[in-house]
Amino acid sequence: MRVFRVLALASIAFASAATAETVTSFDLENGMQVVVIEDHRAPVVVHMVWYRVGSADEGPGVSGVAHFLEHLMFKGTDTVAPGEFSATVEANGGDDNAFTSWDYTAYFQRIAADRLDLVMRMEADRMRGLKLSEEDVVTERAVVLEERNKRTENDPGALFGEQRRAAQYLNLRYGTPVIGWKHEIEALNRDDALAFYKTFYAPNNAILIVAGDVTPDAVRTLAETHYGPIAPTVDLPERLRPTEPPQLSERRLSYADPRVAQPTVIRTYLAPERDAGNQSEAAALTVLAELLGGSPTTSVLARKLQFESQIAVYSGVFYDGVSLDATTLAMAVVPVPGVSPEEAEAALDGALAGFLKDGVDAEEFQRIKTQISAAEIYARDVVRGLAQSYGEALTSGLTIADVQAWPDALRAVTPDDVMAAARKVLDRKNAVTGFLTRPDAASAPAGETTIPEGGDETAGNAEAAE
Amino acid sequence: MIWQVIRAALAVIVLALPARAEVPIVSVTSPGGITAWLVESHDIPFTALEIRFRGGASLDTPGKRGAINLMTALIEEGAGDMDAQGFAAARDALAASYSFRTYDDVLAISAKFLSENRDDAVDLLHLALTQTRFDTDAIERVRGQVFANIRADAQDPQTIATRTLDRLAFGDHPYATALDGTMDSVAALTRDDLIAARARVMVRDRLVVSAVGDITPEDLGALLDRLLGDLPQTGAEEPGDAPFLLEGGVTVVPYDTPQSEIIFGQKGLKQDDPDFFAAYVLNEILGGGRFTSRLMTEVREKRGLTYGIGTYLVALDHAELVMGGAATQNARAAETIAVIREQWGRIAAEGVSADELDAAKTYLTGSYPLRFDGNGPIANILVGMQLQGYPIDYAKTRNARIEEVTGDDIARVAKRLLAPDALHFVVVGQPEGL
Repeated sequence: MRVFRVLALASIAFASAATAETVTSFDLENGMQVVVIEDHRAPVVVHMVWYRVGSADEGPGVSGVAHFLEHLMFKGTDTVAPGEFSATVEANGGDDNAFTSWDYTAYFQRIAADRLDLVMRMEADRMRGLKLSEEDVVTERAVVLEERNKRTENDPGALFGEQRRAAQYLNLRYGTPVIGWKHEIEALNRDDALAFYKTFYAPNNAILIVAGDVTPDAVRTLAETHYGPIAPTVDLPERLRPTEPPQLSERRLSYADPRVAQPTVIRTYLAPERDAGNQSEAAALTVLAELLGGSPTTSVLARKLQFESQIAVYSGVFYDGVSLDATTLAMAVVPVPGVSPEEAEAALDGALAGFLKDGVDAEEFQRIKTQISAAEIYARDVVRGLAQSYGEALTSGLTIADVQAWPDALRAVTPDDVMAAARKVLDRKNAVTGFLTRPDAASAPAGETTIPEGGDETAGNAEAAE
Repeated sequence: MIWQVIRAALAVIVLALPARAEVPIVSVTSPGGITAWLVESHDIPFTALEIRFRGGASLDTPGKRGAINLMTALIEEGAGDMDAQGFAAARDALAASYSFRTYDDVLAISAKFLSENRDDAVDLLHLALTQTRFDTDAIERVRGQVFANIRADAQDPQTIATRTLDRLAFGDHPYATALDGTMDSVAALTRDDLIAARARVMVRDRLVVSAVGDITPEDLGALLDRLLGDLPQTGAEEPGDAPFLLEGGVTVVPYDTPQSEIIFGQKGLKQDDPDFFAAYVLNEILGGGRFTSRLMTEVREKRGLTYGIGTYLVALDHAELVMGGAATQNARAAETIAVIREQWGRIAAEGVSADELDAAKTYLTGSYPLRFDGNGPIANILVGMQLQGYPIDYAKTRNARIEEVTGDDIARVAKRLLAPDALHFVVVGQPEGL
C-alpha cells in the first residue's frame, strides 16, 4: 500500500521544487519582526527569537555580559520556576538552547508543530519577566567559567584566536571574546546582567523566526497573542558602533604553548562585510575564498602548498560576510614536520602572489559556480539551517531581500570582480599574521587534517544511530 | 508501584499525543540482489545515499592497525584514469558530495547527488569504490595527514582520556587501540596492505544501504547494481567479543592544563538485551540529552562544577559500556567525581520517581519524530536501524517500547546495571585531591 502512495507523489516533484522554500515576513505593531519559513515535510517546528544585541554591544569592563545573560535567561520568571523552561520543552519532546555572538543573541526550541503555542508563550514571558536570585547568578557564573575553561583555557588554538582578534580590531569590539575575558567574567554580577537585559530585550529589538510545519496565518495569530501585548522600549539605544580606522601597518604576533600539537600560520586580512543593498564585493570575496582555499584538493593553496611544494599538511581560506561591521578574509597553513612557520608563511605569500599574477582558473571558477547553485538545493533539506541564515543576516544589518538576493549576487560574480577584490584586500599592510607554535618549535609535530574523526557512530548508542 | 502506573497513564492523557514518525519506509531489492531501505521524497531534486560496511576498523589485520582508516581516506584520492585532483574536479563539476569515514564497527560512505546528473555522480562514486588508484604520492600525502591526526590526538585531553579508558578496558581487542593506528603501524603500511584492507571490508555481505530523496524504487534498484554490484562477495571475519577488564577506580593522566577532562565508564549491556529499552530510559534520566537529567541538575545546575555532563549506553558489536564525561577546573575534580559516584549509587539503590519517568518518556517519545526532518537525517536513521537489526516497521513501534517501561523495570535495571564501585574514572589534567 505504502509504495503506491509514494509513487503517486513522483509526478509533482518538479512542481513542488520551486516552492519548497516559502518565506513570509511581517511586523507586529510593537515593532517585532516576524519571519515564517514553511517546510511541511515533517511535523516539526523551530521557534527562534533573535535579539539585535551581542557582545559587541557591551560596555567597557563587562565583557561576557551578553553571554552571561543568555545563560541566566533560563532562571525563571514569576510564572516559570528556575529550570522549568527547559524542563517543560523537554517534557513535550522538544529541545531548547541559546547562543550568543558579537552581533546577536538567540533563543530557540525545536518541538512538535502542535506545541508552538506553548514555547511561544514561555519565550514571550521571559522577554520582560526575568527574575534572578543571587544564588542562581553565582552558580551560573561558575558554569560560564567552566565553559570558558572548556572552550578556551584548555585549547591553545582558542587562546591564540583571542590574541589574534585583539590584534585585528583596533576600535571594534570584535577584538573582545564573546564569552568575555576571564577576569571580567569573574566580576560579573546580577546588576550587570539585569541592566543589559532591561536595555536591550524588547520586541522592537527582536526578530521572531518560525520554520517548519506552520502557516504564516497561524504564526501571526500566535505571535499577536503572545508577543503582541509586550510594549516596545521607546528609548532603545541606536546601534551605533565605532568604525575600524584604516590599517596602515602590518601586525604580527606569535603564541607558544606546550599543548600545541602542530605549529600553524594564520593570516587574517581586514575585509568588508555584506551590507544592505550592497553585497557585490562580499560576493566576490566569497568566491575568492573558495578559489583560494575552499577545496582541500583543487584550490589555489591546496594545489601549491599540499600538492606541488608539499610544504603543508593542511591549508584553508575562510570568509563570512555576515557581520554588522568589518569582517576578515582568513587563511591557515599547517606546515609538514620540518618546515618552519616562516617558511610556511613565505610559501603562502608566494602562492598568493602567483594567484594575483596568473588570475582565476576558469575551470575551477566554473565548478564553484555549479556548486553555488547546487548548494541552494541542498540547503532546502535543512530547514533549521535556513532559519539560522535568516536570523544571522537580519541581526547583522541585512534585510530579507538581501538574503534572497544573495544567490544571484554570487552567480553574478565575474573573474574580474574576484581579482579586483583580491587586489584590494590581499595587502599585508591590511593583515594580521600569527604563528601558533610549541615552545620548542624546531621539534614541533604537525597536525590538523581534513580526515574526519570518529564520532557518533563510535559510541554505538542504539538510539543515537537510529 | 500502582501509583506510578497511574501517573504514567495520566501523563499520556494530559499531554497531547506526540507527533508520529510517519515516513513510509520500503525495502528495495535490486535485480542483482542488493537490498536497501528507501524513503521516496520528491520535494527537493536530490538523493541522500548512505552505505555502510559492517566491521569497519575492527577488521584491521593484527599488526596493521590503521590500514582500514588509511585505505578509506584514499578512496577519493584518485580512481581510474583520474588522479586526486582530477577526481575532485570531476566530483565538484557535478556538485556531488561523497564522504568516507571509518568507525570501530563500520566503514561509512555518505553521498548526495542532484537528480539532474545522478547517473554521472553514481558512476564516479563507483569508480572510486572499485578502481581506487592508491598512487604513491597520494598514499604519502594522506599518511602525513594521519600522522598529524595522531599527533593532535596525543595533545587533546578528551581524546587522551577516552583512549586511556579503552586501553584499560579492552585488552588485546582492536577496540583497545585507536583506529588511526600508531605512528609506527601507519609508517609501516604498504600499498599492498591497503589493497588487502579494502578486500577485508568492502564486500557485498557486509553491506547496509539506505536512500532518501528524489528517486523511485526501480531507479534505486538499478543504481544499487551499478554502484555496488561488482564488489567481491566476502571479506574478513570479525574479531570475537572484547574482554572487559575495567575495574572500579581512578586513573589520573597528568597534563598541564587548567581544566580536568573526566571520562567514566563501567560494564554496560547488549543492544539485544531484554532490558535495553529500560536501560535507555534509565540513562536518559541519569545523564541523557536534557538539561533536567540528574547529573546536569546535581553537577551543573546546583553546584556549577561543569559546563556539561552526559552519559551514554555504548553498545558496540563486540563490547558494551555505560559511559559518561564531564570537565571541571582542576581544584574541583575530586568533588565532581564524588557527586557523580553518589548519584550513580543513589539511582541504583532507589530507582527513579514516577515524575522523572514520565518526563523522560514524554521527551523520548516526543522527540523521536523530530529526528525525521530531512533527507540526510532520515537516510542516517534508516541505515542505523538496519545495522542494529531492527525490523523495517521499527519507527512505528519504537515509542511503544519506550512507553512499556515501568518504574519497576527501571528499578530492576538500575540495580542490575549501575555499580558505583565498578565505575572507573580517567582524569586528564592536574586534578587536586585524587
